[in-house]
Amino acid sequence: MRVLAAMSGGVDSAVAAARAVEAGHDVTGIHLALSRNPQSYRTGARGCCTIEDSNDARRAADAIGIPFYVWDLSDRFHEDVVEDFLAEYSSGRTPNPCLRCNEKIKFAAVLDRAIALGFDAVATGHYARLVTGEDGPVELHRAVDPGKDQSYVLGVLTQEQLAHSMFPLGGSAKTEVRDEAERRGLQVARKPDSHDICFISDGDTAGWLREKLGPGALPSGDLVDHASGEVLGSHDGAFGFTIGQRKGLRIGRPADDGRPRYVLDIEPVSGTVTVGPREELTVDHIEGIRPRWCDGVPTASLHGTVQLRAHGEEHRAVVTVSPSGDDVVVELLDPAQGIAPGQAAVVYDGTRVVGSCTISSASRTRADA
Amino acid sequence: MTEDTVYLDHAASTPMYPEAVAAMTEQLTHLGNPSSLHASGRAARRVVEESRETIARALGCRPGEVVFTSGGTESDNLALKGLFWARRAQDPRRTRILASSVEHHAVLDPLHWLAEHEGAEVELLPVDALGRLDVAALRDSLERDPDSVALVSLMWANNEVGTVQPVADAVALAHHHGVPVHTDAVQAVGQVPVDFAASGVDALTLTAHKVGGPYGVGALVVRRDLDVTPQLHGGGQERDIRSGTIDTPAIAGFARAVELAVARQAEHAVRVSALRDRLVARLQEKVPDAHLNGDPDTGLDHRLPGNAHLTFPGCEGDSLLMLLDARGIACSTGSACSAGVPQPSHVLLAMGRDAEQARSSLRFSLGHTSTEADVEALVGAIAPVVERARAAGVAAGFGTSKKAG
Repeated sequence: MRVLAAMSGGVDSAVAAARAVEAGHDVTGIHLALSRNPQSYRTGARGCCTIEDSNDARRAADAIGIPFYVWDLSDRFHEDVVEDFLAEYSSGRTPNPCLRCNEKIKFAAVLDRAIALGFDAVATGHYARLVTGEDGPVELHRAVDPGKDQSYVLGVLTQEQLAHSMFPLGGSAKTEVRDEAERRGLQVARKPDSHDICFISDGDTAGWLREKLGPGALPSGDLVDHASGEVLGSHDGAFGFTIGQRKGLRIGRPADDGRPRYVLDIEPVSGTVTVGPREELTVDHIEGIRPRWCDGVPTASLHGTVQLRAHGEEHRAVVTVSPSGDDVVVELLDPAQGIAPGQAAVVYDGTRVVGSCTISSASRTRADA
Repeated sequence: MTEDTVYLDHAASTPMYPEAVAAMTEQLTHLGNPSSLHASGRAARRVVEESRETIARALGCRPGEVVFTSGGTESDNLALKGLFWARRAQDPRRTRILASSVEHHAVLDPLHWLAEHEGAEVELLPVDALGRLDVAALRDSLERDPDSVALVSLMWANNEVGTVQPVADAVALAHHHGVPVHTDAVQAVGQVPVDFAASGVDALTLTAHKVGGPYGVGALVVRRDLDVTPQLHGGGQERDIRSGTIDTPAIAGFARAVELAVARQAEHAVRVSALRDRLVARLQEKVPDAHLNGDPDTGLDHRLPGNAHLTFPGCEGDSLLMLLDARGIACSTGSACSAGVPQPSHVLLAMGRDAEQARSSLRFSLGHTSTEADVEALVGAIAPVVERARAAGVAAGFGTSKKAG
């Protein structure tokens, strides 16, 4: 097969490309330039799109012995991922830009272009497994290394996308991959792992949002106790407040019972941030929109598990799709805590990814939950 | 470059002449710093000075006017900064620098730097749709306040679209007001006739690896009576304008290459322009909507003989490049930034094209090793490549995007 290997400059995608070559494929490496100011060096930090990363990817391609190019997708990335991220936060939701990037960039813009240019598949360094039955659909499964499993951020991929994807690392542990990189003489073997959000270089999401959205973009407001309605403090714009957040609330005095307070709700219009004790974060009923299914819409209620955040735990659940196919209801048998609208709920049947939806609301329906 | 590469990127770098390799490698075996006073030093110095004389003969300048540098970028920086500082030191009113808007980055970036850090007022003058300097704009700009002009810089020929610039006109206008003219002739030497004295320019940039010599060596030819503020200070080599131990082997190879390239220029131009015309005609047979950028008049006073720069509507240049590269055919999309991200060419933008047209173009440049077989290999590959690139362009929304930049 002719394979396009997306190479971030990190160790995972470099080893993935090398394995694709070893499997006998005709591999071409590309680095996606996603930042609009690729000149910026970020010392000590790891993200996508720096000159340093581009160079690391190029050197890995040299070592593997494959052609290498840089594709500029910065405009697409800005429109589809960064602006969406800002809009979601402005609306009080907590988006996951990695899923968005996989859905709109890596396995859409890049894959479409690759197919048009005559490639058969795009290979990445994601930790996930693809299993193809005889004449059956391609199934997406969790990686064997549970600590590195990235099937969650791939839960947006459709059958068409999966059929043209390749994840050569799904059967390996991270330590094996680093050792293999070392054996292969790849300079990036000991390069640190990347940040969660590549375009926020220092990891300070709240600071980044404040800078991008500007003062006044989000209303200032009160921090209000969930039970008494008492105003406990104020904030100058709900930048980066996330449901379930405990730190950085800057409430002057402790709760009467001395227990920590958490963000329970964010009202984007009034700016009111409701806080309260941990148990108030517990939910057992989730509603989702924008479902994406790996192999068609499930016809009956599905008894499986859901994962509600990257590297989060699994919850046993019953998942039901509305007759229109537009909405999803997830009844959690194992309640969850701190679930924010905007996050993705990825549905699993065992290790197999069934699909995903974007959480629109979460609530507690059972007293015992 | 492997044996079977179809190399159509001579404007980026052209293969060394075997004679230049021989001249260079012979010197690599010899010991001696040309600045040393003993016999070994004198022997090396002799090679350097003979090389200087060879280059002077080939370019119509005096040996003392040849300042060896590390290449085109250094020569351009030395000319622009060195002349700007010297001229302004003589008269503080001289703060303006006039240049065409299609100069190479080795000229544009020093000018931007001078504007940002040294208070230079840089005026980038317009070009016409063929990429040729608007001479009237230069005249207007000069005449507006001639005493404030430090220098004029106008490339001999454009590296992307191959348009030969009206250097003689620029020299006449500038000299009328006593303003010196620098020209970046990196693409011109060996391709079209270049005579320093006859042209009247005051400073001229050339580099070895574009004329069949080695990488990492070049020269600034600059009139002796012109002050140039040095950029590198040290041992005082190259009449104190450019300190640094002189690279005897590279200079020996450089001189041999310039000598051969200039001696063969006329014959080369006839052969290569015929090949280029054939390449353009055959490509347009295969891809009828491909169109040639730059000057359609292929006379040597209009267009570089080896340059074919074409726009392929609906295709992204980097898709075309990648698909051709996969078939062993080397060409260029124009300028690239340091991360390797293709930017729309400032040259095509200056010629009035939009960002999308600028990004859907390729430069094929022929040189002394090019053959008809190279042209036919490209012609044989182009139709399916363009078809694929167009499909990829559609997939990427190319041609429909509201902001192609």
